[in-house]
Amino acid sequence: MAPKRSNARESTPSTTATSQISTPAATSTPSVPVKSTPKSSSGNLSPQEVALSIWQNYLDTTPQRTKLIDVFMTFLVVVGALQFVYCVIAGNYPFNAFLSGFSATVGQFVLTASLRIQTNTENKAEFTSVSPERAFADYVFGSLILHFFCVNFIN
Amino acid sequence: MTAATSDSLLKKSTGRNTRGLLRLVILCTIAAAAVASRLFSVIRFESIIHEFDPWFNFRATKYLVANGFYDFWDWFDDRTWHPLGRVTGGTLYPGLMVTSGIIWHALRALTLPVDIRNICVLLAPGFSGLTAFATYLFTNEMTTSPSAGLLAAVFMGIAPGYISRSVAGSYDNEAIAIFLLVFTFYLWIKALKVGSVFWGALCALFYGYMVSAWGGYVFITNLIPLHVFVLVCMGRFSPRLYVSYTTWYAIGTLASMQIPFVGFLPIRSSEHMSALGVFGLLQLVGFVEFVRAAIPSKQFGTLLRGFVLLVFAISLFGLVTLTFAGVIAPWTGRFYSLWDTGYAKIHIPIIASVSEHQPTAWPAFFFDLNMLIWLFPAGVYLCFLKLNDEQVFVVVYSILASYFSGVMVRLMLTLTPVVCVSAALAMSYILDSYLTVKSPETPESVSSTADSSVSGNGSTASAKKAAKQEGGLRANRQPLVGIYTLFSKISVVSAMTAYLLIFVAHCTWVTSNAYSSPSVVLASRLPDGSQHIIDDYREAYQWLRQNTAEDAKIMSWWDYGYQIGGMADRPTLVDNNTWNNTHIATVGKAMSSKEEVSYPIMRQHEVDYVLVVFGGLLGYSGDDINKFLWMVRIAEGIWPDEVKERNFFTDRGEYAVDDRATQTMKDSLMYKMSYYNYNSLFPPGQATDRVRGVKMPEVGPVLNTVEEAFTSENWIIRIYKVKDLDNVGRDHASAASFERGNKKKKVTKRRGPKVLRVE
Repeated sequence: MAPKRSNARESTPSTTATSQISTPAATSTPSVPVKSTPKSSSGNLSPQEVALSIWQNYLDTTPQRTKLIDVFMTFLVVVGALQFVYCVIAGNYPFNAFLSGFSATVGQFVLTASLRIQTNTENKAEFTSVSPERAFADYVFGSLILHFFCVNFIN
Repeated sequence: MTAATSDSLLKKSTGRNTRGLLRLVILCTIAAAAVASRLFSVIRFESIIHEFDPWFNFRATKYLVANGFYDFWDWFDDRTWHPLGRVTGGTLYPGLMVTSGIIWHALRALTLPVDIRNICVLLAPGFSGLTAFATYLFTNEMTTSPSAGLLAAVFMGIAPGYISRSVAGSYDNEAIAIFLLVFTFYLWIKALKVGSVFWGALCALFYGYMVSAWGGYVFITNLIPLHVFVLVCMGRFSPRLYVSYTTWYAIGTLASMQIPFVGFLPIRSSEHMSALGVFGLLQLVGFVEFVRAAIPSKQFGTLLRGFVLLVFAISLFGLVTLTFAGVIAPWTGRFYSLWDTGYAKIHIPIIASVSEHQPTAWPAFFFDLNMLIWLFPAGVYLCFLKLNDEQVFVVVYSILASYFSGVMVRLMLTLTPVVCVSAALAMSYILDSYLTVKSPETPESVSSTADSSVSGNGSTASAKKAAKQEGGLRANRQPLVGIYTLFSKISVVSAMTAYLLIFVAHCTWVTSNAYSSPSVVLASRLPDGSQHIIDDYREAYQWLRQNTAEDAKIMSWWDYGYQIGGMADRPTLVDNNTWNNTHIATVGKAMSSKEEVSYPIMRQHEVDYVLVVFGGLLGYSGDDINKFLWMVRIAEGIWPDEVKERNFFTDRGEYAVDDRATQTMKDSLMYKMSYYNYNSLFPPGQATDRVRGVKMPEVGPVLNTVEEAFTSENWIIRIYKVKDLDNVGRDHASAASFERGNKKKKVTKRRGPKVLRVE
């Protein structure tokens, strides 16, 4: 749900975002079409204009807190991508260390995306029983478990 | 529906309290029934561990309790797989042992020092009560009907399909795994409905617990992604789906990797790839949904959808490539044989040799599930009628589990929960419809109570009214829908009650007769009806325990490995954990070869005693002669030149042990050890094998390299001691024949063909 923001924002994080998402699905190649398709499909407007208008729209409509969440998610994407690149370059010898580091970023990314979805006012109808405070407490709970497992797994 | 039409006693807050109390009482009774119906074997015989596998679990639990958790985690067991040993900490699912260890410590902390054996014996009945409660919770998520959950709990509590693996004394992984399975599914449904990270994380935690308990966790790993995939394909993607699934996957995968036996499998093996793929797909779909909401352009939306399909196809292709390239491990034989049902029989005889891995015959379904099996499709149909996210889960689960249980007998266990749930849905639907005391109102006012009657809808009433006023044809009128007469209500309800009562009777009968017999002691009836216990197994194991050296190695077929380790406490060569096929084939070769061939094998493996099971005297059919062909087959898989299955059959293709037996059969160590001295029990020429039902040859086999050490009372277990090398350096055959006085009286001076002495 979340990466489209980063896609709209600037082109470099979008590549990393999509590549990071699709790497679990076994290949990192499909990241290229995601960037190109939205731009080419926009028709009469030039791709740059479209991207700019989306970006402006995002800046105008998104609440401050959601933006904060998005910044954090972008950071996670960058960290995860860096780890992955390092793993590709330097080899994966302590594989559990790589896995726990990488899945910490992936897991935290998903949890943050879930928090973003749950706190988004547009999704109020979907989450009738989850208040924003409840969502945040859940987020803390999930993150604690995730980090416990990561720390345990990294040895 | 019953809530709407209940009488004044059951209304408002007192009604809620009364119903709550009733529910509590019913659930407690169900748990008590579930526990009580599993105690037949403890009451009839004694409180012991039953089958083969539980003996290892029991032994590991004792080790855990005696040495603490960290020693257990790093336990290298040098008393199994003799020359090799087994890294036990890394090759078992520790959930079961840790659970009973925790219970043991908790009871001690409560100053109730219970023997660990009793905890192990009674763990499965205890957890079956919890399973019934978990089924109650799970079913309540499926329907609004108040009775469905309770019905499902009853069914789950006493259904023989589940009892068969969880009677008292069956201390197997399934004892706690089914509870964890159902509870994980409950948490998953809850997480999906609420869309909360909390429930997703709880689901992941219980999934992790399930991974630590049973190898069948792969079922969950594939079922939940399949559910999500079906939901996405149905166009039911929602933010709740994203939140619950990604939380479950991110935390659950990490949790499952903490178990040393699982390790990196969730990343590397094909069984876990569906979860990963659906995780990636969900990211894409979430992304696309978001963009589509933000940018209102129709073409753009379809383009994005095409893009999702493209990426999905590409990653699927990448997955296939990686699998073929060997980066991702392909399906293991055990799972692959579920798809290609002929695979195991041809390539891995050790999988096919286990009786639980055979296809299920249809009477087994009726035997294990009685009336649930025909309510099951009706329940699935009801799920189709009201298809929400959670009903899709039941549908997917039932289809998948039905297939698997048809392929393999032991997977009936995973089918039972969904059968209970959907049968309870169907049954409660019938009861809810027929148990309303109020009859539906006349057609004129039917529209007001339309939603409370069975399937009436508002439009029928007006149409009916119109038809009546016109006085048109009977056929043109809308049919009256609803149950009016008391007679129909009473008859249907009493029929259903009768079925339920019969179900209880059937379950009790099946449990009592079929599933409550420990395989360690064999019970038989004397002519006067009293019970006669045949206790040869424990007699022999006790003999081994008391009369052999502490580190005497016992060679037997792998079936008895765990029991020897558990009861006799002696090192074994192979056991029920069949991780090294070659080692098992070595034992198979030693058993099926001539003495001259098998003696060096036994010397190389430092075997001191050989144990065979022989049921010929008693008519005990599960003996080693009947398992012998599997030994031959497994040995032939490794040494096709030395062991040939064909040679064990007569010219007419019969597997015979009497006079017609082939020379290879008569020379094999197993044959000789089984029938050694067997003639001496009978008058001359009358020796009969009661299992095969044949008359044995006049002269029994002669053993040179081993000597009889122990034979149990009913000749079920025979233990032989492997002789040491001959003092003067002769081979055993000539030494033995010298002992028997077979040497020729006439001394021939002729020199035989001698060879040159080398040193």
